[in-house]
Amino acid sequence: MVKITVDGKVLEVDESKNLLEEVLSQGEDLPYFCWHPSMGSVGSCRQCAVIEYANDEDECGRLNMACMTSPREGARYSIEKASKFRAQAIESIMINHPHDCPVCEEGGECHLQDMTVMSGHNYRRYDGKKKTHTNQYLGPFIGHEMNRCITCYRCVRFYKDYAGGTDFGPQASHDNTYFGRWQEGPLESEFSGNLAEVCPTGVFTDKPFSKHYVRKWDLQTAPSVCTGCSVGCNTNPGERYGTLRRVVNRFNDEVNGYFLCDRGRFGTGYVNGDERITVSMTRTAHDVAPHLASTDEARAQLQAMAANGIGIGSPRASLEANFALKELVGAENFYAGISANELAMSKQILDIYRSRPVNIASIKDIEASDAVLILGEDVTNTAARLALALRQSVRNLGKKMARDMKFPEWQDAAIRQLTMDRKSPLYILSAHATRLDDIAARVEIGTAADSARLGFAIAHEIDSSAPAVHDLNADEKAQVTTIANALKEAGQPLIISGTGAMSQALIAAAANIATALNDGDKKANLALVSAEANSMGLALLMENSSNSLDDAIASKAKAAIVLENDLYRRAPGSSVDSFIGSLDQLAVLESLKTRTGEQANLVLAAGTFAETSGTFVNYEVRAQHYYSVFKPVEAIRPSTFWLSDKKLSELTQSCADSISGGEGIASLTPGAGFSFSGMKVPRQQHRYSGRTAMRANINVHEPKQEQDEEGILTYSMEGVSALKDATVFNTAWAGGWNSNQSVFKFQTHTGGALKQAGHGHCLVQSTATEKSWSDLVETEKPDGDFEVFPLYHLFGSEELTAKTDAIKEKATSAYIAINQADAGKLGLQASDGVSVEHNGAVPYIIRSSIAPGTVGVPVGLQGLNFRDLPAAIALAKAADWTSPSEWQAGNIIVSDKAPVNVENGGEA
Amino acid sequence: MATDKPLTKNIEIGRAPFDFKQYEAAGGYESVRKVVTLAPGDVVNLVKDAGLGGRGGAGFNTGLKWSFVPAPDGGPRYLVINGDEMEPGTFKDRLLIEHDPHLLIEGMITTCFALQAQTGYIFLRGEYTVCEERLLTAIKEAYDNGMLGKNILGSGFDLDIYLHTSAGRYICGEETALINALEGKRANPRAKPPFPQVSGLWGRPTVVNNVETICNIPGIVNNGVEWYQGLGLGDFVGTRISGVSGRVKNPGCWEVPVGITFRQLLEDYAGGMQDGYELKAFLPGGGSTDFLMPEHLDLPMDPGAVQKAGSRLGTSLIMVLDDKTCPVGCIRNLIKFFAHESCGWCTPCRDGLPWTEQMLNKLEDGTGSLKDIEILKEMTGYMGIGNTFCALAPGAMEPLQSGLKYFIDEFEAHVEHGCSYSKQ
Repeated sequence: MVKITVDGKVLEVDESKNLLEEVLSQGEDLPYFCWHPSMGSVGSCRQCAVIEYANDEDECGRLNMACMTSPREGARYSIEKASKFRAQAIESIMINHPHDCPVCEEGGECHLQDMTVMSGHNYRRYDGKKKTHTNQYLGPFIGHEMNRCITCYRCVRFYKDYAGGTDFGPQASHDNTYFGRWQEGPLESEFSGNLAEVCPTGVFTDKPFSKHYVRKWDLQTAPSVCTGCSVGCNTNPGERYGTLRRVVNRFNDEVNGYFLCDRGRFGTGYVNGDERITVSMTRTAHDVAPHLASTDEARAQLQAMAANGIGIGSPRASLEANFALKELVGAENFYAGISANELAMSKQILDIYRSRPVNIASIKDIEASDAVLILGEDVTNTAARLALALRQSVRNLGKKMARDMKFPEWQDAAIRQLTMDRKSPLYILSAHATRLDDIAARVEIGTAADSARLGFAIAHEIDSSAPAVHDLNADEKAQVTTIANALKEAGQPLIISGTGAMSQALIAAAANIATALNDGDKKANLALVSAEANSMGLALLMENSSNSLDDAIASKAKAAIVLENDLYRRAPGSSVDSFIGSLDQLAVLESLKTRTGEQANLVLAAGTFAETSGTFVNYEVRAQHYYSVFKPVEAIRPSTFWLSDKKLSELTQSCADSISGGEGIASLTPGAGFSFSGMKVPRQQHRYSGRTAMRANINVHEPKQEQDEEGILTYSMEGVSALKDATVFNTAWAGGWNSNQSVFKFQTHTGGALKQAGHGHCLVQSTATEKSWSDLVETEKPDGDFEVFPLYHLFGSEELTAKTDAIKEKATSAYIAINQADAGKLGLQASDGVSVEHNGAVPYIIRSSIAPGTVGVPVGLQGLNFRDLPAAIALAKAADWTSPSEWQAGNIIVSDKAPVNVENGGEA
Repeated sequence: MATDKPLTKNIEIGRAPFDFKQYEAAGGYESVRKVVTLAPGDVVNLVKDAGLGGRGGAGFNTGLKWSFVPAPDGGPRYLVINGDEMEPGTFKDRLLIEHDPHLLIEGMITTCFALQAQTGYIFLRGEYTVCEERLLTAIKEAYDNGMLGKNILGSGFDLDIYLHTSAGRYICGEETALINALEGKRANPRAKPPFPQVSGLWGRPTVVNNVETICNIPGIVNNGVEWYQGLGLGDFVGTRISGVSGRVKNPGCWEVPVGITFRQLLEDYAGGMQDGYELKAFLPGGGSTDFLMPEHLDLPMDPGAVQKAGSRLGTSLIMVLDDKTCPVGCIRNLIKFFAHESCGWCTPCRDGLPWTEQMLNKLEDGTGSLKDIEILKEMTGYMGIGNTFCALAPGAMEPLQSGLKYFIDEFEAHVEHGCSYSKQ
């Protein structure tokens, strides 16, 4: 720390940071555009100018950009004295900026508006023509309005430099600089939505939001957690007039930081979709038409079924909802709504986290890792935010080089120039090429069993007390040594695996490697990705039970209550059919229409994440509370309401008590009794408009405000607004800072942790010091022509998000992926389809990375159910083939897609 | 007897440049034979002591610049020759390369030895196609005769030279933008520090020198500090290529002793103004320098002396403004060029220059106002040195700010009547 003087005020600041972030951290206002806390400084916008004085005698000083200045001990600076320059800079930025604030989506939360006001530029002196540009179609997620561009370069610095995108960049030069794609077309990056947040004005906007746009101040918002995957990114969804309008990032320094993936940001339209279940329905038998069930009737029927039925939980329902079902049917009758293998993997992960001397890696830990091994998990498609973090981890070599040369870490461009394409090592063992291959030092293609075998060998190479693998060939030995050495040499190695490859052996291999790397002082980072938003929460509830969906199907139960779960996505269709067929009564609590729900006697309209509150447990076993954003129509109720008489907070408390290590869960929220001077926190902003007129076309009498008995938020404008010092962070907003840039006002230090709102609570901390090992269970190669492995799609593989229009545009129907030689053997032409043994026909693509004799089958896409397939299948050229209209080969963005050679029937 | 024109001694306009044999016969490549027997550090000190200033425009001591390169660490190091020569009114590097390409190559070999750099790049203005052709021939000859490649003259020193022709941007003359362009990136300047000597091309230690600067090295190595310093007049050291463009009788460029006055250059070399034209003002060293007036003609052509008069010597190729050419129009043309050549990276340059150009256009059209002149004055402060990311916009402001100082009456007359000069 050093002492500096800014306009006469003595400040103690961190000299390793730049002056801009330090001045902001101290509560001063200093405008900026190009700097971003996650992306560092490049000094292009010239907006954060300050005067730096050489010594006490210096009266003129010199103009410097605060973002490019390292604070010096005893130095004198002035923000005030550079105000004329800053006003000039904003004036010249604004000469081409359109006066379209009233029709611009950014208006009201525009960093450019804030900075213009802050810089004191009020009247336009430029009287020439404004520069105009042509806009591009950039796909379903992002709108493009280049005329608003102020050329701060943040978009390209995020898209290319930070997120590794290759299809977007700056073009032309001088005041004609253009940011776009080389030609129109959907942006390829999985993180494109962040452009809407990093752009300081309205060049890149949230396109689905634009279709039902409202101003930021008219949104009702609450802190929420993304349900798109097991990462649990923190979000702020916003609602107006009963529909969910958009999702923006909610900062959490240990989880998502400033960024979300596109599935999380754009995948919530299903909340407003046509497939919503808005009323509860009941019927006496399968072949009778259902009728409307009143709330009381529905609850009574459910209670009756619970008396002698089983309950089937869900990894996408909250901890409280699962717990309520478990209480309702009794622990012995509660089944996890996932396959035996998936349940075993989740429990295996819990066990590893508890019993191995490793560090469970948060995203912050992943970003800090300097050598990485990924075993069989396609994180870009199963836990996308991790992939973005991994792109930062490989930059640690560069940061080290920079430290050695005494460059400050915020000198982003300088570090990239120094480092060039040198990267910290990242190794990938996978059944197919992945989107991270471009940053990988090496990619080894093999089945999950092959990868597990290599993984065990790597662990043994690092620590010879780990179980050995025999019969490695010379090539494999060399690979093992290279990877083992890189991991051993690293200061903070990271092992990533997960349930995606559906292999317990692979997870065991990852655990062994991470264990082997422990040398007493150093704990390796280990991240094991789980399948869904609350997979780990479900596993916590199943600690004393191994009841899986397979067991439920075999249970011979006569009545079943299914919680937010479409069983057809989790077990072979034929066995689900016979299970449901054997039931007398089936109740389904669900928010969307599903195949399981269609067959139920009783369907209870359940709230989505946006209409309910509860707890999700992410891949690191971090429990996070999410608050309902709005109250839905009367008939839609949270699953916890249907299943239990208890208040949510009581359920949370009992659930916490029932889980070993669960004490932290109950402290995630301040509780219903909490208040600031007797007031709660409003979900609606103080500028929320039209409240009294909203229903005036129906009735001029304003109804009573919806009540929230559960937590500290209210469905109202009244209360203590969550500005700077509130415990719940329901929207980023501060005086003079209307955009999301205001987050720093909530942070202890610019870019650092939030002041009050927690990071969630990690329920498992590994305290183990002793090493223990898993043994390699070699699996037999399955019988059949083609060994099946799962493929995942960020857009399409997740059940709920896939029912959102914007996501559908980026998704495709089912297909299979095989290698070129195999396509040749099957005699496939470009226009052919492939018939999959007993499972109809689908289109195919050729991927050069896929090993001969293996076939990739996407999980969760319409047209082919992965769960219906055995471990190996026969394939053949389909007769009378026409591609389904949902088949969108262009939406499959993989680096190794090979064209089909028509003349030679697919042969290379 | 050492020559007094080390840069142009082999140049004879109208005759093809010397090939390798002819060049060698004329004493060429002598400095390479000599330098490989010296310690690299001694060569750096020699050049530093000689007081050779960079000839790209900034005039920084060349040897001092070299001395900032850290000690070899086994990794690659680079010499990059800035042959982009896009400064308006500047055409000296073209003369040197077109007519004596081997001198540049010899200078590069000697310099690379001093820097212990094993790779040299020549970044050449794309339009200089004759230079390109002759350089390629000369480089090939140098390889064929063992002056480039592995183990040069049995010294154990290896050097490869690559020629890169620019796709054409003024900003590529800025050394860090040049490095970006050479790496295949957008030609935006880089933040300094780090300086290229520490982290330059491909993130490695790199020295970027102008063509003329490097052409001075063989002479200095061969003949020493005393000889070099004796080339200048009085206390001034060395020779440099200076020239004149505009309405003079004999426009061109010549190797002159450092220290001659502008008047000597204008009258003795360029033959004075054309009949019927009078000297109104002149830009002493390219489009990005402040105007000097006839009363400055007796100043020596030395960076220090010119700076005291409120301008910069720049490339020392002067552009003459005569009495029949509108100074506002002249400045407008220059600003138009600079606005177009802005890389678009930093705000004042990208958005300030086009606005400046627009106001000058209005003045020329007769639609300008006194307010525009006020804003123009403000612009020169706004885009002053230190306020922008690199020196492009401050350079562009130099003719404008001095124009506003010396020709303010003419600016104001434009408000009343527009431009009254006949367009020719």
